[in-house]
Amino acid sequence: MKQKKWPESWHEITPGCMVFEPGSAHAYKTGSWRAQRPIWENAKCIKCGVCYLFCPEGCISQDEKGFYTADMDYCKGCGICAHECWPGAIEMKEEES
Amino acid sequence: MAKRIGMEVAIAAAEAVALCNIDVAAVYPITPQSHIAEHLAEIVADGRIDAEFITVESEHSSISACCGASGAGARVYTATSSQGLMYMHEILPIVSAMRLPVVMGLANRAVSGPLNIWNDHTDIMPQRDSGWIAFFAENGQEVVDMSIQSFKIAEDPDVMLPVVLNIDGFQLTHMVEALEMPDQKEVNRFLPDYVPYATLHPDKPVSMGTANMPEIFTEVLKAKQEALVNSKKTIIKVWKEWKELFGREYNPVETYKTEGAETLILTMGSMGETASIAIDELRKEGIPAGLIKLRLWRPFPFEELKAAVKGAKRLIVTDRAVSFGGPGGPVASEIRSAFYNEKERPIISSFIIGLGGRDVRVEDFKDIILKSIKMKKQDLDNIVFYGVRE
Repeated sequence: MKQKKWPESWHEITPGCMVFEPGSAHAYKTGSWRAQRPIWENAKCIKCGVCYLFCPEGCISQDEKGFYTADMDYCKGCGICAHECWPGAIEMKEEES
Repeated sequence: MAKRIGMEVAIAAAEAVALCNIDVAAVYPITPQSHIAEHLAEIVADGRIDAEFITVESEHSSISACCGASGAGARVYTATSSQGLMYMHEILPIVSAMRLPVVMGLANRAVSGPLNIWNDHTDIMPQRDSGWIAFFAENGQEVVDMSIQSFKIAEDPDVMLPVVLNIDGFQLTHMVEALEMPDQKEVNRFLPDYVPYATLHPDKPVSMGTANMPEIFTEVLKAKQEALVNSKKTIIKVWKEWKELFGREYNPVETYKTEGAETLILTMGSMGETASIAIDELRKEGIPAGLIKLRLWRPFPFEELKAAVKGAKRLIVTDRAVSFGGPGGPVASEIRSAFYNEKERPIISSFIIGLGGRDVRVEDFKDIILKSIKMKKQDLDNIVFYGVRE
């Protein structure tokens, strides 16, 4: 069954707008907000994981070689990873429309 | 069996709450509410009830603690006054939006500035649109009864909304009154255990207080509005049950000697008692005056008020708060608006009385009624600050 994105009428709102499906924020892809994307230059990366720790979206993960990537479905392009990366391995690049 | 006793009303409010099998109370003391906080803390400390009394550091925390505890499925109570309520302001609409049945006793006190600790309604009026059910109690007995009723109303599955019970500071909280305190068995018969709609528990995940995008926010507020409007049915139902069990009647709009009355005066809270004596005296003098007491402030009882006022020529609305630069007292302007589309409507005058503890005596109510009868049409647009020194 395809889930409705929004309730069709106010009658369908649960009391207090409570959400009974755990992890439902996963369905909301915040990547559409992004104006810039983080680009890793792995030659500079020391695999410290600061980007992973600081990402407020929790969308950065480590690949099999130990380098980091962001899940573009959720990355809002906030740039905190690039700001925190002290070896300067992350650069924010404008999204091209 | 209920006992007839003499008791300070704030103490009686705490005793009534203690009969309600509460799980959590988070109360920060503030004059004139402090005796409620102190006595409830004593009751918990003495082990008379099995509840947690959270000694919070502020009112912002007390209402937030209540919000969290209620979300976890507890029956919770808080109380405050004036600045304390102002400090809660940010959380009040969150509690109602989350549909959490928190009950609050509000010992009404003037809001600063200038600093004034005495009684009026300038604290509750700015919180009018917070989405809470709001009652006004007139005497100690009503404080006891309505404190207990509030839990049943708030927790009803058709309501699920917080309730604020307005208790005039000092004029009510600090009076020793003769009242009937129901016993535990009677309250248990009236008030069932709280069965929450949902609770915050890891076994049954639920998100409360979620963010709402523009695509859904309007629908959520509409649902909240409908819930508050519809709560009136449950309020009336619960008051009927109360009457059957305890014999005392409660209505959204109470009337006193309104039969054949040409002039009506409307009060909220403890001033109804004084005004009723003025009505007795005026009636003796042959002046057809009557009294309307608004017990239910939110949801506003439009139908009941219109029925109560029917046939009267004049309606004097007393306000114990000011809407600065606005169309009159907040109560008066709402009532004017309520009657706007009525074919037959009374002449409505707005009197601001009893601000910051200014006494309003029987003679004053008589004077207000007599002055209002003589008022010319052009004077009616004026907001009368009754008794102000010119």
